[in-house]
Amino acid sequence: MNITLRVWRQKGPDDKGRMVTYQVPDVSPDMSFLEMLDVLNEKLQLEGEEPVAFDHDCREGICGACGVVIDGEAHGPETTTTCQLHMRSFKDGDTITVEPWRAKAFPVIKDLVVDRGAFDRIIQAGGYISAPTGTAPDAHAMPVPKADADRAFDAATCIGCGACVAACPNASGMLFTAAKVTHLGMLPQGQPERQARVIKMVNQHDEEDFGGCTNIGECAAVCPKGIPLDTISQLNRDLLGALASGRTE
Amino acid sequence: MIDLYTEGDPIRDEKAPDGPIAERWDKRRFGAKLVNPANRRKLSVIIVGTGLAGASAAATLGEAGYRVTSFCYQDSPRRAHSIAAQGGINAAKNYRNDGDSIYRLFYDTVKGGDFRSRESNVYRLSQVSVEIIDQCVAQGVPFAREYGGLLDNRSFGGVQVSRTFYARGQTGQQLLIGAYQALERQVAAGTVEMNTRHEMLELIVVDGRARGIIARDMVTGEIETHFADAVVLATGGYGNVFYLSTNAMGCNVTASWRAHRKGALFANPCFTQIHPTCIPVSGDYQSKLTLMSESLRNDGRIWVPKRTGDDRDPRQIPEDERDYYLERIYPSFGNLVPRDIASRAAKNVCDEGRGVGPGGLGVYLDFADAIKRMGRPAVEAKYGNLFDMYQRITGENPYEVPMRIYPAVHYTMGGLWVDYDLQSTIPGLFVTGEANFSDHGANRLGASALMQGLADGYFVLPNTINDYLAAGPFEALDENTPAAKEAAESVRARIDKLLSIKGDRTVDSFHKELGHIMWDYCGMERNEEGLRKAIERIRELRDEFWRNVRVLGTNEELNQALEKAGRVADFLELAELMCVDALHRRESCGGHFRSESQTEDGEALRHDDEFAYVAAWEYTDAGQPPVLHKEALEYEYVEMKQRSYK
Repeated sequence: MNITLRVWRQKGPDDKGRMVTYQVPDVSPDMSFLEMLDVLNEKLQLEGEEPVAFDHDCREGICGACGVVIDGEAHGPETTTTCQLHMRSFKDGDTITVEPWRAKAFPVIKDLVVDRGAFDRIIQAGGYISAPTGTAPDAHAMPVPKADADRAFDAATCIGCGACVAACPNASGMLFTAAKVTHLGMLPQGQPERQARVIKMVNQHDEEDFGGCTNIGECAAVCPKGIPLDTISQLNRDLLGALASGRTE
Repeated sequence: MIDLYTEGDPIRDEKAPDGPIAERWDKRRFGAKLVNPANRRKLSVIIVGTGLAGASAAATLGEAGYRVTSFCYQDSPRRAHSIAAQGGINAAKNYRNDGDSIYRLFYDTVKGGDFRSRESNVYRLSQVSVEIIDQCVAQGVPFAREYGGLLDNRSFGGVQVSRTFYARGQTGQQLLIGAYQALERQVAAGTVEMNTRHEMLELIVVDGRARGIIARDMVTGEIETHFADAVVLATGGYGNVFYLSTNAMGCNVTASWRAHRKGALFANPCFTQIHPTCIPVSGDYQSKLTLMSESLRNDGRIWVPKRTGDDRDPRQIPEDERDYYLERIYPSFGNLVPRDIASRAAKNVCDEGRGVGPGGLGVYLDFADAIKRMGRPAVEAKYGNLFDMYQRITGENPYEVPMRIYPAVHYTMGGLWVDYDLQSTIPGLFVTGEANFSDHGANRLGASALMQGLADGYFVLPNTINDYLAAGPFEALDENTPAAKEAAESVRARIDKLLSIKGDRTVDSFHKELGHIMWDYCGMERNEEGLRKAIERIRELRDEFWRNVRVLGTNEELNQALEKAGRVADFLELAELMCVDALHRRESCGGHFRSESQTEDGEALRHDDEFAYVAAWEYTDAGQPPVLHKEALEYEYVEMKQRSYK
């Protein structure tokens, strides 16, 4: 396959940035999208041009490092991570547009690389169960109904890639936040901090300049891990409950 | 072989306690000096790496009240490669009432490691395994549960009990997120300072003690100097020396190698684990290999056609023309033999010309029987995400066509030498998780890496590092301290050199070539002739690298080619040491198979009289041969015998 790529190039955070067109010949349908970018980068370097910077690490869809907007869709045409998207999803002669996540809370560092530190700060605000090492009772001391454990697990599979933010017209980080609130809130261990957690995490979310959630659902549609949209309903229920009980943090 | 290395004095683990094995860990904890809680805030610890071993240690030392500074090269600590571990984590809970015990986990691990690990360490690991599960559950790790609400277990390669706890096929992810959350909780509490997108490029040693690191801010290029009273490396394994492996793209040996060059001994570098169940290579553009959890071997059956060159659709090959070779050769363990054995068996049938798929480098992993027996929904529930992953990568549907698998480099048992306290030969430098030479001997059993990473970080290091820190805080240092200045300058000089060569070849082209050399000569099967050839070729390649590599751009920006160039430069040095180690160990053991040392029926043949030791290598000046220090291994509890899984 021969592919034409239109790629966002931006030298640094202060550079204005622009789209640049490249040709990538001899693309195999079995290549991953990132391997196709590797081929482009090898070619660019031999021609004396700096390679396109993009985040990636495990390349098996679990670390959450990779993620670009491909033809207007976060992670591209399949519901998966960019590293697990393969060129067989495209046709010979296609022109593909590649851009970084676009969100105020995710400033561009270079080319396709953005700063997602805001997600870590949301977790710092309350995305944990306080269980210092050594204090745990026996693992079987607290049985968890399988249905609850499964729902907690479904929410816990979030990889923190940020596709939900990139896809949201408001650039909201609510699906990410809700996934953690649901994961921990479904478990008996998570109950003591449940109300404080949701308030602190939502406050931090707002401080990070993510937009508000207006239930559009683009986030869940692009999520490579299928985090369900109803986690946001659970977050809202928890938040209302916490506020109604008079908590402010 | 005198040209390739020299032999120095033997080395001993001075911290190892004696007495009955079940009491040794208690004895060491009691013997170790303590630090009063009020004094802990005066003591600082640098932790490099935020995988299971690093994040758990940072969280735990932060909770204890030490001032921790943590580093990772990723944009978030949550992305460390522990996240990709799929299958599970072992613990001697005996929840299944199937005869498991701490002693049995210990026994299985010593035997599985082919008698090249320390009994005391492995016993401690087994003891602590029980607490890990409790800790993770308390943090909210959503392990698989049964309808009664209790935890589910499964069996894993190399053992006959069900002691593996799991979270679908994403156990590593869930455990790491648990440790990451505990870490971020300490960041919020102010006890841990987190530095993301930072790469350690040098160790600072002052008056014989590890006192800090030089790190590069990967966004701005700034070369930073960080000091502490102790340094912990939790920087993972070096499987990427093979270019293609199941490691993440960024995994590297640089932190360990820089410490090695500063005096830390590197132990058993040739012990690498080749994992039997990976998706085969599809083309030379391939950047990494993807593991399929070996839990698949619980229900899938591995086979190749009996006839060479049989290229029929596998579904058309009748039962009596298939060779379920693991079940045939190893009737008592069948498809569940340890990884090294399964990998080599796959290589052997492919070498015989019976491999399947492109290039004949693959064997079938077939779920047809399992689907018949359990029904498709049950198979989906258990392995669905793995099947989906396989289909995404290969474009084939494994519910209908048998999967194709082939071995790939997965884990490195070798690493920096540490004593019972996890302290390296440089005082104040501790090494945890895959980065140390570890408790797995010459071969790691499935679901034991997660166990060891968390054991080291949550329970071992936090109970041993205090013995060292009790003598602190050490003298205050600043950037003008000669050792720190020199370290920073050497880092700058190396970066300048890499940027100034402006040669004709990309960093990746060197890395790929190195990977081919290592896979061909220091992979699943090694011999003297091949290893000597490899050493020669590595030296030539390293020489060309420093004359002809092309790294564009500057230091003062995000520069991924520059990052990679530094890592590949270190792999080019490590690779030679791996080959020297493989060459000197003229026996087969675990993942290290020397073709000169095998039994009549082709199984690995150890030579305990000559090689029952840890090979700890000392770095000497560039161009000088390394010095070998032997640590003798003694087995009081598990009788040394040839492993048999037949």
